[in-house]
Amino acid sequence: MFRKPKIQTQGVRIRKKVKISKILLYILVAALLVFTVLPMICMVCRAFMPMTELFIYPPRIFVRHPTLQNFVDLLSSLSSSTVPFTRYIFNSLWVTIVTVFLSVVVCSMGAYGMVKHKPVGAATIFTIVIAALSFSGHVTKIPNYMIVSGVGLIDSYAALIVPSIATAYNFFLVKQFCEQLPDSLLEAARIDGAKEFRIFWTIAMPLLKSAWSTLAVFSFVSSWNDSFSPLVYIQTDSMKTLPLALQTMAGGAGVVARSGTVGAATFLTTAPTIIVYTVMKGRVMDTMAYSGIKS
Amino acid sequence: MSSKTTAGAQSSAVMLKPGESKLHHFWRVNKTGWGFLLPFMVLFLTFTVIPVFVAMALSVTDYNMIQVPNFTGLTNYRLLLLEDDVFIIAVQNTLVFACIIGPAGYIMSFGMAWFISLCKRGRGALALAFYAPSLTSGTAMSVIWLVIFAGDRTGYLNHLLIKVGLISDPILWTKDATYILPVIVIISAWMSMGTGFLVFLAGLSNIDPELYEAGRVDGIKNPLQQLFYITLPLMKPQLLFGSINTIVSSLAVFDVATAVAGFPSPNYSAHTIVAHLYDYAFTRFQMGYASAIAMFLFAITFGLSRICMRVFRSET
Repeated sequence: MFRKPKIQTQGVRIRKKVKISKILLYILVAALLVFTVLPMICMVCRAFMPMTELFIYPPRIFVRHPTLQNFVDLLSSLSSSTVPFTRYIFNSLWVTIVTVFLSVVVCSMGAYGMVKHKPVGAATIFTIVIAALSFSGHVTKIPNYMIVSGVGLIDSYAALIVPSIATAYNFFLVKQFCEQLPDSLLEAARIDGAKEFRIFWTIAMPLLKSAWSTLAVFSFVSSWNDSFSPLVYIQTDSMKTLPLALQTMAGGAGVVARSGTVGAATFLTTAPTIIVYTVMKGRVMDTMAYSGIKS
Repeated sequence: MSSKTTAGAQSSAVMLKPGESKLHHFWRVNKTGWGFLLPFMVLFLTFTVIPVFVAMALSVTDYNMIQVPNFTGLTNYRLLLLEDDVFIIAVQNTLVFACIIGPAGYIMSFGMAWFISLCKRGRGALALAFYAPSLTSGTAMSVIWLVIFAGDRTGYLNHLLIKVGLISDPILWTKDATYILPVIVIISAWMSMGTGFLVFLAGLSNIDPELYEAGRVDGIKNPLQQLFYITLPLMKPQLLFGSINTIVSSLAVFDVATAVAGFPSPNYSAHTIVAHLYDYAFTRFQMGYASAIAMFLFAITFGLSRICMRVFRSET
């Protein structure tokens, strides 16, 4: 360690100190980003690794000779087994898209009605929604299961869709955003004689686009990644969605799967949520700005 | 309430028309709002609100999906808290997870959001790099984590540690009960680090730059002072929302734990409250007992969230 020359002025020393703390900060952030990104890179690489690289010693993180063979194997050769992998993709897509659509419509309608029409009891309902934000869905899983099985929906798409339409989180996001809607616009339409639902659908919904797009993103992510519901509600192999199917494919919990097809399946299970988020990023940020809770 | 809140442009519709009964007026004023809220309320009550009370009621019975439930008082809770050793392990594990993942994730989310908000370029890419793990499925990514933590020499971590010379023989990360908990903490931390991130990022970008300018005039010298005197107090609503989300998610660790360590895990070393709940509810169908577990989870998350609401109370 060198001792600093004494002629240095106070100002320069402070600047030096700031610089060192800045470098430390950059190192910390870089380390954090390596931690978050490395497994993702690893995941992408393994999906494109040929067999020869998957089983190589020493193990490789980066792929040298990328190939699409894993995807070809996954989507074609598995069709000879009982359930083709494309069926799981379809199940996941169908369940997710229907859930997202219904959640957008139901939650936006509710939030709009609460904010812009303020019926008696709206304040109480909002208090309950806020309270519901603070416990996890696991608390209500048993009664939900009893309802779903009581209505005879076990092993159906509806079992995966209906319980996750009206979530407190989604409602809350749109409700906060709804407060920004100008009343004058709605009133103008009302004077023109437009019906209430028409006003909501043609005037409010386009203005609430950021809010419900954000809701759509979160609803997509949670529905697509949901492994708990299919585990509980689905019995037949052909009704499974991707997360559950992937686990079965990988050989069950705790088993290290080293096959190329599992790598490809992991990629196909992970990529959609990231793509959806990346496409909608701007709108998500617009909406989240209003997401604070004032207590 | 109705007359006050729909004031202004709508006031003509709200006033009592001549010859109109009070009841009819009440209906006319509220029907549109209720109409819009109806689909949401039906589903929300059926799958969220009523289930909480049903679970509460079931937790004092011995319901098992087949026989008619009998009222058993607090027996389930007594068994759960005093005699179920596995549950005690599950609570300990869950608390270890939550106490590490929760605060660490919360602080890192905020730190990262703050860092990004100070960056001039590359915000989108940085945000995506940090947030991407939160978008992934726990069961899907556990496939990759199992390769990283594989117990033989070909596991990435074992290979690295052997190469560096820290260990000479590969460690069975996901089989050895002493390592399972730390491994799952790392994976869960990876997955849930972004829980409050977007909320914080949006909140930070929303703060009026003029306030920082005013702060500078008032003698705030460095970014750290700026953070404590201006940014944090203004962000209370976002900090609250983020903290509630963090509490709920960090106490619900389950799918990563079972996907990595198997179910049941060796010596119950990755057993969590939700895993215990799942075990009793959906493999043994002892719904009464499982409901008591659910109520325990409910009480903890709800209680902690209430505390957060006190801490981040915004002065109005």
